[in-house]
Amino acid sequence: MNAITIEHITKVYEPLWPWHRASTVLSDVSLSVAKGEIFGFLGHNGAGKTTTMKILLGLLRPTSGKVDVLGAPAGDVATHSKLGYLPEAPYFYDYLTAEEFLKFYGKLAGMSRDAIQYRIPILLKQVGLQEAQDRQLRKFSKGMLQRIGLAQALIQDPALVVLDEPMSGLDPMGRKEVRDLIINLREQGKTVFFSTHILSDVEMICDRVGILAKGKMLALGTVEELVDGQLAESIEVVCDGVIGTQIEPVRRLALRTLQSGARCLMVLPGHECLDEILEALRRAGARLVSIIPHKGSLEELFVHKSQGEG
Amino acid sequence: MERLFAVAVNTFRETLRDKILYNLVLFAVLLIGSSVLLGTLTIGEQARIVNDLGLAAINVVAVIIAIFVGIGLVSKEIERRTIYTLLARPITRAQFVLGKYLGLALVILVNIGIMFAMFLVTMILSDHPIHASLFQAVELMMVEALLVMAFALLFSTFTSSILSATLTLGIYIIGHLTSDLKTIAEKNASGVIKFLTTTLYYAFPNLETLNIKGQSAAGISVDLGFQMIATIYGLLYTGLLLVGACLIFQRRDF
Repeated sequence: MNAITIEHITKVYEPLWPWHRASTVLSDVSLSVAKGEIFGFLGHNGAGKTTTMKILLGLLRPTSGKVDVLGAPAGDVATHSKLGYLPEAPYFYDYLTAEEFLKFYGKLAGMSRDAIQYRIPILLKQVGLQEAQDRQLRKFSKGMLQRIGLAQALIQDPALVVLDEPMSGLDPMGRKEVRDLIINLREQGKTVFFSTHILSDVEMICDRVGILAKGKMLALGTVEELVDGQLAESIEVVCDGVIGTQIEPVRRLALRTLQSGARCLMVLPGHECLDEILEALRRAGARLVSIIPHKGSLEELFVHKSQGEG
Repeated sequence: MERLFAVAVNTFRETLRDKILYNLVLFAVLLIGSSVLLGTLTIGEQARIVNDLGLAAINVVAVIIAIFVGIGLVSKEIERRTIYTLLARPITRAQFVLGKYLGLALVILVNIGIMFAMFLVTMILSDHPIHASLFQAVELMMVEALLVMAFALLFSTFTSSILSATLTLGIYIIGHLTSDLKTIAEKNASGVIKFLTTTLYYAFPNLETLNIKGQSAAGISVDLGFQMIATIYGLLYTGLLLVGACLIFQRRDF
């Protein structure tokens, strides 16, 4: 069963004045996230990721289309007891201490006083904020706010966690900790739906990925499916003792040539032309240094897809 | 209900931590200052003037808090985007709006309560008589503050803070002049003006009904029946405004 099902949603902001144009933020977006899956939602700023998340939570209503979250229509308040949400660049009540803040969100989630008291130290430890329990949030750094935001999203041990750019504002160590936390959530059987534009995070931890650009879903699948299916492999050849651009097959076949003194690096489009290039290099008296096959990366796919859309 | 109270308690705490109770110090200074300065007047006059001043100060403070904190109740949550995490919790939008209202209502009631207690202590220390009419006046002030706050909240669900403040202040002023509208309607021959002023008279709240400061300061009590009707009128009006605020907030996109 799916934790999230989005079917053909479109969001159009109608203009305030007749002479303004309507703006379409999402256009026929469909995706589904299975229970227990980590889904990475990729896209540039302004691609429509946050809008999609707000629709999931019932903060926005789609102009058309259907959204189900945990078996109920989006915006059904009852299902909110089973989900946690961390918005992008969150701002919280800065007059509260970390403990008061988590207590408040625990109460909103309908937890008992005992359950909240039991949960708070566990969460603070999980996000590395035990020391800051009695500190007001106004004295928190940006990274600490991000962590306490994560803690509030997890306060009632939700089945589905929606995180909007959870790694933004964090240093490399903090990012690693959030990554580990997300993986840990999957191990507990939770579903995680998170948006980011940090591709390495997605490649490392996501079961499936969706790429959104200008409100349209451009690609959807596992990282392997997307990378293998849509980008050809390339091969990097490095040799010494020749000027690459003086060799005719290299000029004709190489995607890119870099020359540094007598060393030449060539990027070839695939295996097919490798024999012809190697033969030409041997004839020209080159000494082979390395041949490295490159698989396409998510980054290349992301750039390729986004540019295609632009 | 528990979630509504959680929002109310948080709003109460937020407002207090914004140092809203500092106004009480000002109020105390005003009270003590006026009692000392007026010490030279004859006994009867002095009591009436202290009554006048005290009641007016309580009223002004309550209305200022109702308007200027009231307009920020919901709009601040939207501007700071704290609304996202709140509405992602199992809480309905109506519970959120009513929780915010209840929280500030509590602040205003506590504020008025403390100011009135200080006022009574000053009266006792200055050997002035304490009339039942003072309690009546303060009760209706509370109702008025609740009503004004409901207007501020209603406006803030669909417009900016500045516009909400202006509109609420406008309603407050017109609300105290509605009896003049009725007089204009009665004395004007023109049908259009008559219709307009009569409509305005019935559409705007009649806040003068809730204002018995003058007679109360002179120690004259109002009829309990009138007091009850005025209270019910104010609370019903408040209820309608809150329903409106909830309905508008229900339809909003964030």
